[in-house]
Amino acid sequence: MKKTMSEQIKISIKNLNFFYNNKEVIKALNLDIRENEILSVFGPANSGTTTLLRALNRMTDLTPGARMEGEILLDGKNIRSPDINISELRRKVSMVFEVPTPLPMSIFDNVAYGPRLSGVKNRVLLEHTVEESLQMAVLWDEVKDRLHNSAMRLSGGQQQRLCLARILALHPEVILLDRPCSGLDPVSTSKIEESLRHLKEKFTIVIVPHNVQQAGRVSDRAAFLLMGDLVEVGLTAEVFANPKDKRTSDYITGRFG
Amino acid sequence: MKMKNFGERIPQSLFFIIALSALTVLALITIFIFIEGVPLIVKVGFFKFIFGMKWAPSQGFYGIFPMIVGTVSVTLGAIILGVPVALCCAIFLAEFAPRWLSDIVRPAIQLLAGIPSVVYGFWGLIFIVPLIRNYLGGPGLSILAGSIILAIMILPTVISISEVSLLSLSPLLKEGAFALGATHWQTIRSVLVPAAKSGILASIILGVGRAVGETMAVIMVLGNAVALPNSILSPVRTLTTNIGIEMGYASGEHQQALFATGIVLLVIIMILNSLAQYSIRRK
Amino acid sequence: MGIRVNPRTTQRIAKAVIWSAAVLVLLLLFTIIIYILSKGIPHITWQFLTEIPSDMGKSGGILSAIVGTLAVTIVAIVVATPLGVGTAFYLTEYTRESGVTKIIRFSAESLAGIPSIVYGLFGFIFFVTYLKLGWSILSGGLTLAVMILPTIIRTSEEAIRTVPPMYREVSFSLGGTKWQTMTKVLIPSALPGISTGIILGIGRCVAETAAIILTAGSALQMPTSLFSPARTLAVHFYILASEGISLDNAYATAAILIILILLINIGANLLINRFVAKRR
Repeated sequence: MKKTMSEQIKISIKNLNFFYNNKEVIKALNLDIRENEILSVFGPANSGTTTLLRALNRMTDLTPGARMEGEILLDGKNIRSPDINISELRRKVSMVFEVPTPLPMSIFDNVAYGPRLSGVKNRVLLEHTVEESLQMAVLWDEVKDRLHNSAMRLSGGQQQRLCLARILALHPEVILLDRPCSGLDPVSTSKIEESLRHLKEKFTIVIVPHNVQQAGRVSDRAAFLLMGDLVEVGLTAEVFANPKDKRTSDYITGRFG
Repeated sequence: MKMKNFGERIPQSLFFIIALSALTVLALITIFIFIEGVPLIVKVGFFKFIFGMKWAPSQGFYGIFPMIVGTVSVTLGAIILGVPVALCCAIFLAEFAPRWLSDIVRPAIQLLAGIPSVVYGFWGLIFIVPLIRNYLGGPGLSILAGSIILAIMILPTVISISEVSLLSLSPLLKEGAFALGATHWQTIRSVLVPAAKSGILASIILGVGRAVGETMAVIMVLGNAVALPNSILSPVRTLTTNIGIEMGYASGEHQQALFATGIVLLVIIMILNSLAQYSIRRK
Repeated sequence: MGIRVNPRTTQRIAKAVIWSAAVLVLLLLFTIIIYILSKGIPHITWQFLTEIPSDMGKSGGILSAIVGTLAVTIVAIVVATPLGVGTAFYLTEYTRESGVTKIIRFSAESLAGIPSIVYGLFGFIFFVTYLKLGWSILSGGLTLAVMILPTIIRTSEEAIRTVPPMYREVSFSLGGTKWQTMTKVLIPSALPGISTGIILGIGRCVAETAAIILTAGSALQMPTSLFSPARTLAVHFYILASEGISLDNAYATAAILIILILLINIGANLLINRFVAKRR
């Protein structure tokens, strides 16, 4: 039985204006992200999709010249309030990047990196966490016999699933994925999409798909961003079948790209 | 939760303080050397100090001009002897050497750079000085001996930077020249070397800086006469060897005069460094 | 301009000149090394290495000089490495050059060009006199630390810059702080490059003479603490050679110096190759 989407709002974005060096890249964005849903944020290049994702866990703090107005609330709390610990925020709201980037260490150490950063030292606990995370990322069976080999030797698809396992080891609440399957073969892509469908039972997932079809395959709701404007958002099936805005249907049908 | 952010701020300021160490050291060096040396320059008079021909601390004469001439002549000799060889080697490494050979030659040049300057000086004393004495005359301890040693010592500096300059040129330059029918050598001479001019010039300037600052390599072969040389076979003292020889027993005013010499060296090096930076930036 | 020379001929001549220049340089290197080694190694005995000098160095060994060299080098490395690597980390944290980074870089580059005798003067007036450390291993080591600081900064910065920037992003995105990112990801990745800088610094310490004489003195006895004056191998060699005390011992000391430098250079090159290989 398909689990119904919860009505609980996990992340609430209110009136977000985002600037890079005073150039506005996101305009007056209002969006609610519901708990345990998979929301895809899609749109053509330079529409602010990646920026929006990175703002959700304040990775944008690392970019010089980035400036934000408005509020982003996680469980009702503003993520930019001064008593928020950024490290903890990034563990709660974790990100998988476009290019698989294993750290230059063993598979085990890669997955254990996050927990170790937050102070977990117990070997048994780490081993348990590593196995659990690799299982959830559908990678355990392929690597369980070579956990201490270098992660650099994995294939592209395996490395990306490793990156997924890496953040799962942090027991996050929200998972952000920025075009996680670009450059991957269709088998790896479907493995990752499959794992996402299982993961949404425990986590809230926001994904920037690398094409419109992926949004259609994977997400419950979809939000269309065009040049910084949120054009429309709704159930994926509805947005694709009956888009309310002409621009949405033009983009989906490939009239522009 | 609050502790974590605080813990992040400590390393931040710690690193800033650490990073200031280079600046602090530079400031300290400048300050302390100037404090020791400036009073003497003021006392003797700037022009009397720099252009004075007589250096006789026991009688109160502190003219460093003979040493300036010594430094200039030895350095000039080093450049004349060393730069052509260094340039040829740089061209060799960049253009002619097959991979296996450059993998041998490059570490060899690094090794040349690592040999202690005292060893060079000693070797010069044993080898070069007698050669000069027997075949060219004079005491052998001479400007020429110093120049030869210094020429060898600046080879690594000039070679490595010139080679990098040549290698960083766009391959399109070479292709363009070949397409016009130029031979390899013509391309090197008329296209590549001029294009790498600013880097090569910088390397030469840095080589000059190295030669000016060298002490131990030349202290054993220069003869250390405090007088104006009249030929390249004459013995001579440089600014650096003057300090090196007399610092061991100098005190009071004499010591201050040596620090004042140090100021002169610092200023020369600063000027040379700025020239080298300027040359690179003009690219 | 009369005769027109065939460009091929010019090229042949030019090639010959260039090749001979390279050969000349190699020849010089071999001559110096082999000469010193051949004259020096015969005089290196176990006694020589383990006894302290006596009779101004005419007899006995060089143990105190070996200890002196080790001591000042260790002091220099221990002081200069954290400062140098820390500065490099600070410089690489900023993607854009700010006023502060420009000043720091200018300082490091200026320090690199200062003659060693001037460092000796500084060490004498600052460490020996002003800070009242006297002629000692500490004075010598601290002066050396200042001398090798620019090298360590330069090589460490280069090493850290070649670490893929994504590693930083990944570490931050997993909740790492700047300190954790540096210690757990950046430094381990940059370690071969940083080590190369440290080894080159060691080479400089072993070879330095002028600055040491003015700061660590030239006492023959075995140093007993950081505050004792001491001689290094290079200083010992200089004194033996320039004052004509013992030619044999001079050659032997020089041979040991050359062997040390050879080992250090080989070590550095091995590390550099590992560095390059790791980046594939």
